[in-house]
Amino acid sequence: MILDKTSIYSQGIRHIVLSLVLFFVSSQSLFSRVLRVEKNKGETISTAIARAESGDTLIIPSGNYAEPTIVVDKSLYIKGENFPVLDGQDKNEILETKANYVTITGLKFINAGRSDINDMAAIKIFNGHHVEIRSNIIEHAYFSIYLQGCTNCFIYNNFIHGVKASEMMSGNGIHCWHSDSLRIFQNNISSQRDGIYFEFVTNSLILGNFSHNNERYGLHFMFSNSDTYTSNIFQENGAGVAVMYTKNLTMLYNKFLLNWGDAAYGLLLKDISDSKIEGNTFQENTEAVHIEGSTRMEFRNNLFLSNGWAAQVQASCMDIVVTHNCFVGNSFDISTNGDLVLTKFDGNYWDKYEGYDLDRNGIGDVPYRPVGLYSVIIQKIPSALMLFRSPMTNLLDKAEKVIPGMTPVDLIDNRPLMKSMSSRYD
Amino acid sequence: MIEVENLTKKFGKLVALNNVSLSLKNGQSISLIGPNGSGKTTFIKSLLGLVVADKGTIVFDGTNIVGNSDYRSKIGYMPQIGRFPENIRIEQLFDMIRDIRKSHGLKEDHELIETYGLDKMKDKTMRTLSGGTRQKVSACLAFLFNPPVIILDEPTAGLDPLSAEQLKEKILAEKNKGKLILITSHILSDLDEITSEVIYMQDGDLLFHKSIDELRNDTGEEKLARAIASVMKKNAALVN
Amino acid sequence: MGKISKYVILDLIRNRIVLSYLVVLLAISFSLFNLDSNPVKGILGLLNISLLIVPLVSIIFGTIYYYNSAEFIELLLTMPIKRKQIIISVYAGLAVALSVAVLLGMGIPILIYSPNATGLTLLIVSIALTWVFVSIAMLASVLTRDKAKGIGVVILLWLYFGLIYDGLLLLILFTFSDYPMEKSMVALSALNPIDLGRIYILLQLDISAIMGYTGAIYRDFLGSSIGMVFAFAMLFVWIIIPLLLCIRRFNRKDI
Repeated sequence: MILDKTSIYSQGIRHIVLSLVLFFVSSQSLFSRVLRVEKNKGETISTAIARAESGDTLIIPSGNYAEPTIVVDKSLYIKGENFPVLDGQDKNEILETKANYVTITGLKFINAGRSDINDMAAIKIFNGHHVEIRSNIIEHAYFSIYLQGCTNCFIYNNFIHGVKASEMMSGNGIHCWHSDSLRIFQNNISSQRDGIYFEFVTNSLILGNFSHNNERYGLHFMFSNSDTYTSNIFQENGAGVAVMYTKNLTMLYNKFLLNWGDAAYGLLLKDISDSKIEGNTFQENTEAVHIEGSTRMEFRNNLFLSNGWAAQVQASCMDIVVTHNCFVGNSFDISTNGDLVLTKFDGNYWDKYEGYDLDRNGIGDVPYRPVGLYSVIIQKIPSALMLFRSPMTNLLDKAEKVIPGMTPVDLIDNRPLMKSMSSRYD
Repeated sequence: MIEVENLTKKFGKLVALNNVSLSLKNGQSISLIGPNGSGKTTFIKSLLGLVVADKGTIVFDGTNIVGNSDYRSKIGYMPQIGRFPENIRIEQLFDMIRDIRKSHGLKEDHELIETYGLDKMKDKTMRTLSGGTRQKVSACLAFLFNPPVIILDEPTAGLDPLSAEQLKEKILAEKNKGKLILITSHILSDLDEITSEVIYMQDGDLLFHKSIDELRNDTGEEKLARAIASVMKKNAALVN
Repeated sequence: MGKISKYVILDLIRNRIVLSYLVVLLAISFSLFNLDSNPVKGILGLLNISLLIVPLVSIIFGTIYYYNSAEFIELLLTMPIKRKQIIISVYAGLAVALSVAVLLGMGIPILIYSPNATGLTLLIVSIALTWVFVSIAMLASVLTRDKAKGIGVVILLWLYFGLIYDGLLLLILFTFSDYPMEKSMVALSALNPIDLGRIYILLQLDISAIMGYTGAIYRDFLGSSIGMVFAFAMLFVWIIIPLLLCIRRFNRKDI
């Protein structure tokens, strides 16, 4: 981890040094030129690239460009004026980069081709480093931005709107595979299969993106270790955010909103270990968090507001610590499929807590059991949901609290807070 | 005015009215007399449409009363016990009845209201009234709309002697105007001066329907109470 | 018939029980909302008031009022007016008066602390249950001649709808847990007005959880506006049917 970071820094420094060198070299010897695509003379982007040299800036004037796949094989700074439209005519990929130090900005990509055999994308980045895709609009693409074998790439401020067809017909918004040290910042992604997809991607940061209304997941993580995602909003996606088979993950200050439906989660954690989930907000999801097969996880300072289930903790989990979270207005707080749950709840605020605090230290004097009787009943007989909140079932719930019989005895918060420290829901 | 034919009503095994036929005319003041459970109340309720007869017909002013409610606009009724919604005022009660009878603007008979001084306490709520005052309210309601037929069920029960006397005077006056008045009472002495006809019932049977003069002639008794007692004795003798 | 209703309402708004009902509702509602800073908890507390107390008061008070008005109703029957009109008027007057108590007693606190769709739904359900249980009270009163017996019957009915019925449903669910019970559950819930009201509120409070239910019927039924319309239509049926039966019986009844 430390070594990795150092390598990022050293690469960054190298980058700066290189830029400085280039700047001096180019300014003194006038090597670096600014070229324009001569559209009125019938020039295509591809031919303009052909006459450019590494280090040049290529300006694309506004207008429509429909040409076969544009391959950027030099270190160019490609900039659009007033969002020139690059049309894939539903048959080909629009742009591929095969060089390092490429910047693509200010372009509008539409109608990239789609194919069942290979993953066609609006922008494809192969084995590059220091490629920057900034402030572009991508519409109606199968895959929108596709990175493979990349390092130190920066995907920033793009507006991506796919075709919301069935899952099979739609690709991912930002698809990253076998990459390292990526930064995915502040993109707006919708109507794709997965908003952001990570597979075998390490040491990367996903920050401030708005991934919404995607067919499947807002964010999909597989086998991607040591990544951080923070301050993103995932809203109304088919099944929320899925994180699987991953270690050393940090999830901070994200919002998981309105992920509704059968098997819809705010956050699905499957086979995760050594990860931290802190300061997130989960609001109005069917299941805010679903954890299975995970170990050594810490949930701290999260807000669970008005969800169907705040958390479903499967018995296959170990060493999960849930502390200083705030549970408000959820239909059910915690649900589990087993009796022996190795999850430690401590010092959370539960709005369903009905205990008292005689010594006035802010901590309830009697423990709280976050798994209610009715949540157990519904786990066994889902149709019983129809009788939820009936005075009769309330009565049973109260009786169960006094003499626990069906609810897991070990699942307990011994120090429930009397007041929520969070005022975020007010 | 009222023609009753073969009226029969049973409550389970109990025969409340057994084939009763009679005819009541305007200008008559009829006393309905008989022991408890003789069928008097059932008979009155039948006239008012409160009880639906098993057999027989009641024709009121030429129309059969079955399924008809309009004929009741010609009847003023004073029940045995007057109970009204507790929190409404006398004035509101009168207004309500006017609303129901759609009689706003028609000429009303306020004589009894003034006699009883109810106009001076029209803002009192029913809850605050004594039982006697509520009876007075009941009585006033029966006369208020100048109905051609007035039915009074034990009218003097619960009234102080003065008020009872005033009520009798009112009944007499109305009878003299040609109205049909039907009264049940246990206090036969009350009926003496105001009765022109007597109907005597027992166990659901109509025993006789005679004018008071006829009755006096038959029994040789001047007082109604004595005349009735004499009839009852005769009956008892017959049964034995 | 508005004429009689008007005076019934005039009578009832000064009735001590109705006034205490209003005051008690206000007191309970305000204290429930003040007990916790989170208004959702207040709403949950009010839910129990709405599902138990409102039906109880409606059914018992409706019955007592009917019996206490028996002599007056008798007097009204001697007037030139149809029986049907009288009974509907008395019903409407009672239902309106009690609804006003609910509207003020629960509505004002809801307006202050939770002026949102959930609060509004709760208020609508409380008022609908008032109309349903006054309707049931009228039917029970017309069917039983004796006041004490009538009150006994309506208390049993309240217990049945409020608690016993759901207990039975739960028992059925446990017994037949191996079978698909969704359709039957929807149908059975429609047979209890309190359940209908509760489901109506569930759709507000727990829609997130309902959407997670795997069975298509619940999701399609409850998750769409069809569920809302159905629940409301059935509540309306629960107002109309007992009232119609009551009118039918009242029309033939010997007073």
